Amino acid sequence: MSILHTINKSPFEKDSFQTCLRYAKAGSSILLIEDAVYAAREGTDVSDAVKAAIQDKSVFVLLPDLDARGLNSNLINGVQSVDYAGFVKLTTENDTVQSWL
Amino acid sequence: MSDEMLNEEGNVQRTKKFMYVNRKAPYGTVYALESLEVVLIGAAFEQDVSVAFIDDGVYQLTKGQNTTDIGMKNFSPTYAALGDYEVTKIYVEKESLEKRGLTVDDLQHLVWEDEDEDYAEKDSIKVVSAEELGQIFADQDIMLNF
Repeated sequence: MSILHTINKSPFEKDSFQTCLRYAKAGSSILLIEDAVYAAREGTDVSDAVKAAIQDKSVFVLLPDLDARGLNSNLINGVQSVDYAGFVKLTTENDTVQSWL
Repeated sequence: MSDEMLNEEGNVQRTKKFMYVNRKAPYGTVYALESLEVVLIGAAFEQDVSVAFIDDGVYQLTKGQNTTDIGMKNFSPTYAALGDYEVTKIYVEKESLEKRGLTVDDLQHLVWEDEDEDYAEKDSIKVVSAEELGQIFADQDIMLNF
């Protein structure tokens, strides 16, 4: 069973991001959307946690949400950008979607 | 705390010090947009307005926001109009920027024109520590939180 984890809350405001990392197993996919895209930036208080996740999981970020927030630069190496079609593809490639609201 | 002045009828009229505190990122919730609208309304009543951005609120001021692909209105250009409404005191908390890997260069360059100095353009944004901002909060008449 493969799981796509989605997170839509800022890692600085809610603990959804930390909880997701606690539950996501090696080999699973994590997609940052809406306010969670702030986690994709380099040099933040959570960037070490994101880098640790990338070691054994795939971390994606939704590009339109990054663009909206003006932060489509200085992203953590290894975080993969996807568009809406990529989001759909991820949902079809995985067996289930776990939304960390 | 307040400046006193006489209005047209000769009555004492107080200008109050309003502080708007923004702690939410834009777009994920409606707080940022609502705050901006209330700030502009308050400014139209010629009050002494200050605006603070702390925690995720600092994200409201990032430059280069492009909302085309999320189908929402990009309200970030409106911050540049604050100077024209005589909102010239915009405080951004240093600790909040650092925690998010941001510097003042990642934010819009907001300015106002000082009519007392031949309309010299001056920076509106002041990056301050939480300690300094706390002192500024203590000097306000009214705090509005978003």
